[in-house]
Amino acid sequence: MNARVYETLSIRVGALALSFVLFGGFVALAGADPLDVYYQMYRGSIGTWFSFQNALLRAAPLMLTALCTAIPARLGLTIIGGEGALVLGGLAAAGTGLALTGLPGSVVVVAMATIGFAAGALWVGAAGALRAYRGVNETISSLLLSYIAIALMTYLVEGPMRDPTSLNHPTTRAIPPDAMLGNIPGFDVHWGLAFGIVACVLAHILMMRSVFGFGGAIVGGNLRAALLCGLPVRRMMVIACALAGGAAGLAGMAEVAAIHGRASDSLVAGYGYTGILVSFMAQHEPLAIVPVAVLFGGIGASNGLIQRADHLPDATVNVLQGILFVVILASETLYGRFSLFRPASKKDEPLSSAAPPAPPGPPVPPVENLPEAAA
Amino acid sequence: MSPAVASGLGLWGVPLAVAAGAIRVSTPFLYVSLGECITEKSGRVNLGLEGTLVMGAMSAYGISYLTGSPWLGVLVAGAAGMVLGALHGWLCGLPRVNDVAIGIALILFGTGLAFFLGKPFIQPVARQLPAIDLGFWSSSPEVRSALRVNALFVLGLVLAPGVAFFLDRTRWGLILRTVGESADAARAMGYSVLRVRLLATMAGGFFAGVGGSFLSLFYPGSYNERLSSGQGLMAVALVIFARWSPVRCLWASLLFGAASALGPALQSIGMTSGYQLINAVPYVLTLAIMIATSSASRSLPGQPAELGAAR
Amino acid sequence: MVKTRRTPHRERSTSILILALMGMASLFSSSCKKDSQPESSATTASAPGAAAPAPASSTLTVGFVYVGAKDDYGYNQAHAEGAKAVAAMPGVKVREEENVPETVAVQKTMESMINLDGATLLFPTSFGYFDPHILTEAQKFPAVTFLHCGGLYDETKHPKNVGSYFGYIDEAEYVSGIVAGLTTKTNKLGFVAAKPIPQVLRNINAFTLGARSVNPKVTTSVVFTGDWSMPVKEAEAANSLIDQGVDVLTSHVDSPKVVVEQAERRGIFSTGYHASQAALAPKGYLTGAEWNWAKVYTGYIDAIRANKPYPHLLRGGFKEGFVKMSAYGPAVSDEAKKKADEAKAGLTAGTLVIFQGPLKDNAGKEVIAPGVSMVQTDVNLEKMAYLVDGVKGKLP
Repeated sequence: MNARVYETLSIRVGALALSFVLFGGFVALAGADPLDVYYQMYRGSIGTWFSFQNALLRAAPLMLTALCTAIPARLGLTIIGGEGALVLGGLAAAGTGLALTGLPGSVVVVAMATIGFAAGALWVGAAGALRAYRGVNETISSLLLSYIAIALMTYLVEGPMRDPTSLNHPTTRAIPPDAMLGNIPGFDVHWGLAFGIVACVLAHILMMRSVFGFGGAIVGGNLRAALLCGLPVRRMMVIACALAGGAAGLAGMAEVAAIHGRASDSLVAGYGYTGILVSFMAQHEPLAIVPVAVLFGGIGASNGLIQRADHLPDATVNVLQGILFVVILASETLYGRFSLFRPASKKDEPLSSAAPPAPPGPPVPPVENLPEAAA
Repeated sequence: MSPAVASGLGLWGVPLAVAAGAIRVSTPFLYVSLGECITEKSGRVNLGLEGTLVMGAMSAYGISYLTGSPWLGVLVAGAAGMVLGALHGWLCGLPRVNDVAIGIALILFGTGLAFFLGKPFIQPVARQLPAIDLGFWSSSPEVRSALRVNALFVLGLVLAPGVAFFLDRTRWGLILRTVGESADAARAMGYSVLRVRLLATMAGGFFAGVGGSFLSLFYPGSYNERLSSGQGLMAVALVIFARWSPVRCLWASLLFGAASALGPALQSIGMTSGYQLINAVPYVLTLAIMIATSSASRSLPGQPAELGAAR
Repeated sequence: MVKTRRTPHRERSTSILILALMGMASLFSSSCKKDSQPESSATTASAPGAAAPAPASSTLTVGFVYVGAKDDYGYNQAHAEGAKAVAAMPGVKVREEENVPETVAVQKTMESMINLDGATLLFPTSFGYFDPHILTEAQKFPAVTFLHCGGLYDETKHPKNVGSYFGYIDEAEYVSGIVAGLTTKTNKLGFVAAKPIPQVLRNINAFTLGARSVNPKVTTSVVFTGDWSMPVKEAEAANSLIDQGVDVLTSHVDSPKVVVEQAERRGIFSTGYHASQAALAPKGYLTGAEWNWAKVYTGYIDAIRANKPYPHLLRGGFKEGFVKMSAYGPAVSDEAKKKADEAKAGLTAGTLVIFQGPLKDNAGKEVIAPGVSMVQTDVNLEKMAYLVDGVKGKLP
């Protein structure tokens, strides 16, 4: 097993290093000094305590929205509607906070988290239900629902739920101050970060270590086998999507309760979209989401510094993220290719881990009366 | 300038605007969905077309500005799309690499690269693609303007059945579809699955790049960083909506374009309440139709069998 | 295609690796709090929350934060032009960051400019930055000055190191309206607007009032796109307005480029906003309402450097030179120029008041009583929630 761990580590590190080298080449072509860019990135992401907290702060919502893609992925579903769930979760949380003004702060916070979670869960759960019971492709339906959610939120915030004194930037009324989430003691980062980490740990336990998660893996791997086992496939799909949407909704609640204090179109900040990236980069493993989110947060945090110090445009960071993403995904292909990492054995043994799995046995007749697991 | 006669069509303006919008707004969707149709028929998903669209828009605008020839811009946009498609195809051809993830990565990379390179092109004005006045028979300037189409749209109208013909009735199309239905069968026939998919993805990228050029060189005919608001992604969704049929992609794009034009059209005759919700009509419509036409008991007809396996 | 399989080992080892790297780095960085930065001329604060050190040298570092791209031919560009004027001032260094969303990101951007660039004066230029972001940061850094565009500063509520400024661009819109009203042949004007907020409504109303003051038959049709920058929707809005017979178009969106270009393509007139789009419409561009932020910014900086108190709620129109008109285009008649110049003079002198009673909204209700005259500084104008008579369209 040692060889495998080394293999993983070196390929990962190698991929990271290669990405940064390619990025350095890119900025050099653009006329900037790559070494200075590296330095600014370091400085802007983990180089000072302030920067590191900035990275953590940006990572907080990403952890939750990444779960929105990661949890259903275990069941073979591709959900990309985290943005809409976040927005509705935030709006619902703000509404709850306003409705419960007067109750003790901690009660309101719990209520907001619950309702925010529920709103997101309902929305993405709907996409899951459409998939399970109606066969509607969940990728499209979650995307469409996301757009619809944003339109709905904008309509409500600019109309019925609008704070009349929020003149030039329509928002809802502010939630009571004692219902706001404070910072984690000793940090300049709000409790949403803790939500994110705890959620990822819980998701890991649920999806990787529990019976539900194991069943989910079977659904994702081989739908027919899952049905033969008697697993309640439809229900599991809906539950997984509901949990996913709930996580994103919780991210929205944290945005409202910790940062803005009210719901507005500032909630539409691309966290949902970036969460998809984080999830894919972490290969949908919840524990890996935490450091990947911090990595993305760090890159985002150093963005400003690169712009200001090296006079590079804002899009530079997107290029870096793209290169990083592509190289790391492509590096998947290197596993098992290097003899260095294979346990000392006959050299001319065929590559074991890079070969595609053995072709399936006798062809299974097409499943007639079930939703396809694939898109 | 409009004649002094009180023009303006009143209520009739709405269906006209919707029809005009269907023509104007649908073209990028049409091209991207046709391209993705080809790619998916070969058994691969290319979500990265959103990035390709933006890259196409930027490169077309830039080339048109630098050389003064919009058609050259269109060609270069297609070429840029082909390069991104080749990148996607090559990466996905490596073992153990996930198509969907690479697609998303390329959205990011393509968009970022386009914005990065396109900074100097936001300000200047580039030469636009010429229009064809199909409404010359009308005395009404509004009808004339609505029927002022672009050659790319007309080309798209021809391409949709053309792609369908290619897929259904030519040898190459058959090979493509075989690769998409059963890679094993294709291999047994001696065709390189990876090569076919690579070419299909490149073709898809070319289409998407051309679709992007329409945005910046005809309608809205301007380049800035907010040009695409998820159109590439929506177009990929439209392929599934259209059940992988090129001609249905055409109808789907027209429908979507028409629905998108409804909001502004209603507002221009004074109905401004609830405009945010009206602007969501295209999405609601698409979702409703998807729900109505999907079935839990049968897999989507027309779906290439290899598509699902490529997860 | 081979299905990618997650292997727990792989992911855990990656997680451990990255966490370890992060942990080591942060330990390393927090143990050496001082950050020596060779290029930046100011020292950096050691911990967040500490007041930024007063620069020993006389170099003033000023930070600008934009919500969009600096060269958008519109809102952000107008600010960037002001920033350029500031950078040209002796002893002033400018740091800019663009595309910063109205989320916690802007708080961190500002902190970064303060901590790592040594900025002591910040201009966060988007409206949504004010509450809570600027207010939060202002409390954290009492020695740094935050000057916000468009906010409504209230000295009873807001910290002392915050100020807000804005220009009475509706004065310029009024003059644009006059030119539009005298140039239109169909008596139909079109307005492509982003959102129905008071600043936008004020512009729509001023434009209409200006046009009607010289041509009472004129009407303005409004289309709201829903967001500040949506090129396809703006083009659709422009075209559907033109289909309804509009022959002068104007807009209040972040980048009027699309609307002006559509107007030119369909052979109608247009007036601009934020900055001059005359280059985009050589035939049809009439005039435009532009900002002159350079005046505002240089004024602030002079006051701050001389340690004089600066106005916390700064507003100004033609008189103060905060707004200006684009040069008249070729299609503007002499009569229109005369009337427009007259109005401009009146506004500059303060003798012409745009919003005065009796004024009805487009539903027939009276919104300004007869005899009441709302001068530009009247705070009621900042809460405007109606469309005047002559504007077609209900407020959503």
